[in-house]
Amino acid sequence: MDKTREIICIICPLSCQIKIRVKNKKIVSLESNGCRRGKEYAEQEFYNPQRVLTTTIKVKNSDSSPLLPVRTDKPIPKEKLRECMQYLANIEVETPIEIGQIIASNILKTAVNVIATRRLKS
Amino acid sequence: MRIQKVDVAVVGGGPAGLAAAIAASSGGAEKVTILDRNKTLGGILPQCIHNGFGLHRFKEDLTGPEYAQRFIDRVEELKIEVKLETMVLNIRPEKKILAINAKEGIFEIEAGSVVLAMGCRERSRGALSIPGTRPSGILTAGVAQQWINLEGYLPGKRIVILGSGDIGLIMARRLTLEGAEVKAVVEIMPYPGGLTRNVVQCLYDFDIPLFLEHTISFIHGKDRVEAVTIARVNEEKEFIPGTEKFIDCDTLLLSVGLIPENELSSSAGVRLDPFTGGPVVDERRQTSLEGIFACGNVVQVYDLVDHVSLEGDIAGKNAALYALGKLKQPKRLIKLIPGRNIHSLVPQLISGEDMTTIFVRVKTPEKSVKLKMGQGIKEVKKPLVNPNQTLTSTLSLKELVLLNALDEVEVSIIKEGRE
Repeated sequence: MDKTREIICIICPLSCQIKIRVKNKKIVSLESNGCRRGKEYAEQEFYNPQRVLTTTIKVKNSDSSPLLPVRTDKPIPKEKLRECMQYLANIEVETPIEIGQIIASNILKTAVNVIATRRLKS
Repeated sequence: MRIQKVDVAVVGGGPAGLAAAIAASSGGAEKVTILDRNKTLGGILPQCIHNGFGLHRFKEDLTGPEYAQRFIDRVEELKIEVKLETMVLNIRPEKKILAINAKEGIFEIEAGSVVLAMGCRERSRGALSIPGTRPSGILTAGVAQQWINLEGYLPGKRIVILGSGDIGLIMARRLTLEGAEVKAVVEIMPYPGGLTRNVVQCLYDFDIPLFLEHTISFIHGKDRVEAVTIARVNEEKEFIPGTEKFIDCDTLLLSVGLIPENELSSSAGVRLDPFTGGPVVDERRQTSLEGIFACGNVVQVYDLVDHVSLEGDIAGKNAALYALGKLKQPKRLIKLIPGRNIHSLVPQLISGEDMTTIFVRVKTPEKSVKLKMGQGIKEVKKPLVNPNQTLTSTLSLKELVLLNALDEVEVSIIKEGRE
């Protein structure tokens, strides 16, 4: 049986509400997308939605800042966001830290690294 | 009292002030000084750990701290003087700044020119008059962001957010990822205040309910927030009886708008615009007082930091020229008047001598419209205008020639096809 789903496009401010019909977990038709980029976005969102994760990591030895902000250097699968947060909650780092420094590599075997987004001097 | 002489003094070390100081120094001002009350440079950026910054300026998707660092590095390279934990007490029209810090005590700065870059502040509960008790656990979204991202405190476990501006949406996601339960985002308008991207990725991704055309009708709790009642509103924004919902929570975050911070500007005697809440500026970002410039969110609240930095570039460059005695004052100034569906615009005055980009904020969302300037000067098609997004339009020299005979020009949003 066909199912329908709506995906709101976020590529541009027009925010098209793209309607997709799904059969056997595959998109069989797609409408109301204003442009080609909307089609690509809807397909990506349907088959493999991804997000950049930003959060903070505990800093052991800093008296100026108890937290280090970090982000994934590439988007990770959306369903792994919470698992990734759990993993990062158990990590602690020590200063000095440079922007771009890898804090956790290949996190949850996603081939994505978590990198520092702030410089912390010792 | 010690008196220090500088070419350009920049009040505020956030994105606007940083860009202004860099532009002033690069533009030939020898001594540039930034004054900021905070411990670190960057203004609000260090606590904005999410991405989405710098797409225009650097063509990269950066987080707040990364975006700020690019400017801070440049400030260091240019040996711009930075006075942190320094409070500016007042600014006088003759460009004398009275300031205080723990190292130097009270001191005065005599500046060749001044750049106002104090940014904006969050609207708080006092400005909303929500009925109910006055328990703890009510804070602005920006304060919650500071606690979570800089200090490591979670403000509560069960959260309701009033207002769907971008900071509120970003905080809904951040709190959820940190283990709190965001029970509702409540928005009085029929459309979300923030970008669709944030509605999708911060609310829908986590199944957080968004109540449009609703507001809080009562706050419950004695010492701590215990619950809120929300209700649907009619077109006059009055509660509709019988639509109340009781939501149990321990924390209420407010994300209900930003206000340019202009106490210092008004005490200096700078003329303010009732529409933007900030100083009236010309295209060089000079205020009504010669040699005093203003840029960024102190002038008008922007949605993108990239625009704030752009404003800083303009103000800083012209502040340097003024300090060096090289800024030609315009022969005359043409007034830009907000017309149909225009909330505010910057600059409010243009000389008509140089190419100028106008930043416009609309009142309500509209599809298939045109941004129109004056009669037959410029019309640009816009598939969509939205209050949460600043429109920009650049006037070329050719178009400016058409302005020359005029004293004022109306800027408005018109329906397509209408004359």
